Amino acid sequence: MMMIFGIPLQAFLGQLLIGLINGSFYALLSLGLAVIFGLLRVINFAHGAQYMLGAFAALLLLSYLGINYWVALIIAPLLVGLFGAIVERTMLSRLYKLDPLYGLLFTFGLALTIEGTFRYLYGAAGQPYSVPPALAGGTNLGFMFLPIYRGWVVVVSLVACIGTWLLIEKTRLGAYLRAATEDTVLVQAFGINVPLLLTLTYGLGSALAAFAGVLAAPIYQVSPLMGTNIIIVVFAVVVVGGMGSIMGAIVTGYMLGIAEGLTKVFYPEASNIVIFVIMAVVLLLRPAGLFGKDA
Amino acid sequence: MTDAIDTAKTGSAAAPARSVGTAQIVILAAGLLFLLLAPMFLYPIFLMKLLCFALFACAFNLLLGYTGLLSFGHAAFFGGAAYFTAHAVKEWHLTPEFGLLLGAAGAAFLGLIIGFFAIRRKGIYFAMITLALSQMFYFFCLQAEFTKGEDGIQSVPRGHLFGVIDLLVPTNMYYLVLAVFVIGLLIIWRFINSPFGMILKSIRENEQRAISLGYSVQYYKLGAFVMSAALAGLAGGLKTLVFQFATLTDVTWQMSGEVILMTLLGGIGTLIGPIFGAGLVVTLQNYLATSDFPVTIITGVVFMVCVLLFRRGLIGEFYASRLGRKLGFEHRQ
Repeated sequence: MMMIFGIPLQAFLGQLLIGLINGSFYALLSLGLAVIFGLLRVINFAHGAQYMLGAFAALLLLSYLGINYWVALIIAPLLVGLFGAIVERTMLSRLYKLDPLYGLLFTFGLALTIEGTFRYLYGAAGQPYSVPPALAGGTNLGFMFLPIYRGWVVVVSLVACIGTWLLIEKTRLGAYLRAATEDTVLVQAFGINVPLLLTLTYGLGSALAAFAGVLAAPIYQVSPLMGTNIIIVVFAVVVVGGMGSIMGAIVTGYMLGIAEGLTKVFYPEASNIVIFVIMAVVLLLRPAGLFGKDA
Repeated sequence: MTDAIDTAKTGSAAAPARSVGTAQIVILAAGLLFLLLAPMFLYPIFLMKLLCFALFACAFNLLLGYTGLLSFGHAAFFGGAAYFTAHAVKEWHLTPEFGLLLGAAGAAFLGLIIGFFAIRRKGIYFAMITLALSQMFYFFCLQAEFTKGEDGIQSVPRGHLFGVIDLLVPTNMYYLVLAVFVIGLLIIWRFINSPFGMILKSIRENEQRAISLGYSVQYYKLGAFVMSAALAGLAGGLKTLVFQFATLTDVTWQMSGEVILMTLLGGIGTLIGPIFGAGLVVTLQNYLATSDFPVTIITGVVFMVCVLLFRRGLIGEFYASRLGRKLGFEHRQ
C-alpha cells in the first residue's frame, strides 16, 4: 500500500475529500457573507440559520409534499431567498444608517429566533435525508472509493461559486452591484433603484446559504443547530480571507476546508480548532486578511 | 468630535469630572438598601444568580459602552474563570477568596491573549475574531482533562471565607456575593472616571483623533479588554461558588450572546443599565424554566426588537426622557 508521510494513501485521500467537501460549504457560505457585506455593510449572523432553513425546507418538502431533491434544490433557495428579502425590506433596511454592529446584533437575534423555533418544533436531534437515487452509490477510482454524491457536491458548489462570481463580475446587474458598493449615492443619482438592489442582494445571499443547506442535507444530519456551528467557522474563514473580494472568499473557503481535512489525518485532536489557529496566525502576519483591503 | 478631545483633556487633568447629583445618590442608596434586605423576601439563590450576571454584564459594558468594542466572546472569560475557580477550590483546596482571585487572574490572562489578536482589527471583524477565539476556547474546554468534558466540575465546595466564615450558610454566601458585586461596580466606576477611562472614551468617539494626540490606542484597548475580562471572570468564579459547579454551558457562544442582550436591553454605556438588563433576562429565564417553551425564541425576538426600536435600552431611554433629564441624568447620543 502506498504511504504518504507514514499515512496510508487511502486514509489521506479520504480525509482530503472530506476537507474538500467542508471547504465547498465554507466557500459557498463565505461567498454569501461577502456578497451581503459588500453592499449592505452587514455581517449576516443569520447566514447559518438560513443554511439550516434550506436543509429543513428540503426535508419538509420531501416528507409533506413528496417533492424530490432536484426540485428542492431550486425551490428551497427561492423560498429562503424570499424570506430573506422580506426580512430585509421590513426590518434590516432600517439599520443601514447606524453602526454596522447593529446589523450584526439584529441578525444574531434573527438567528436565535429561527433556531429556537425549529428546535421547539422538531427537537434538537438530527434527522436523516437520504441521497437521491441518481447519485447514490460510489465509484472506484482505482486509488480510492468516491461516493458519487460527495463528488457531486464538490462539482456543484464549484459551479455555484463560479456562477456567482460571473454574475457579479461580468453582468450588468453585477456592475450595478459593484458600483453601489463603491458609491451608493452616486449610483442612486443615475436612476438605479438602490433599495431594490439591496433587497435583491440580501435575498441572493440568503438563497445561496439555503442552496448550500440543501446540498448539505444528505451529508450531514438535518438539525436546527447545524447552522450556527458552521457559521462561527465561516466567520473565521472570512477573517482570514477578508471580505474585500468575492474570489478571495471562495479560495479561502476551499483552502481552509482542505487544511482542516489534512489536520484530521495528522493530528485529529486539533481538527476542530485548526481554522481558528490559522486565523490567529494570519492576524499576526497579515492583519487585513489574505485578500483583504479594509481593516 | 471636539467633545472627544475635551473629555480626554479634562480626563488627564482632573479625574472625577462628573458630578453626582442628589437624585442619583437617593436612587443608589435605595438600590443598595433593597439588595441588603432582598434575601428576606426573595429566594437567595435567584438573587445571587442575578447579581453574578449583573456583574458580568457590567464588565461587558465596560468594553462595549465605554470603549466601543463589541466582544462576541465574553463567555470564554466568564466560563473560563468558573473552571479555574472550581479547580482551585476543589483540587488545590484554596479558600474561596483566593479561588475567586485566581479565577479573575486566569480570565485576565485569557483576555490578554484573545485581546492581543482581536485588537488588530476593528468593528465587526473584532466581533468575529472574539467569537472565533472563544469558540476555540470552548473546544479546548471540551477536550481538556481538568474541565471533565461534558460532565463539568461537579460538587465544588463553597468552603470558608478567610478560613472562618462558612459559606454553606445561605445568608453568608449572599452577602459575599453582594460585597463582591459592589466592589466590582466600584472598580468599574473608578475605572471609567479615571484618566485611563477618559482616554478610552476619546477612542470610542474618535479613534483617529486619539492616535493623532499621541495615545497608544492599541495599548489602551488591550488594557480595557483585560480589565473587562478580569471582572467577567470574577463574576464567573462567583457563580461557580454559588451553584457549586462549572460546566460547558458558561463557555458557549450562547452565553456571549446573552450578556450582549442584557447590556443592550438595559442600556449600553450606562452604569446601571446592564444590572436591570441582567435582572430582566434572569427573571425571564427563571419564569420560563418550568415551561417547555424555549428561551431562545424570546431572547431572539427581544434582541431584534431592542435593535429596531430602542437601541438606548430601558435605562438609556429613561435617562433621555423628560423625567430622566429633570432628575439630572444625562445620556450621550
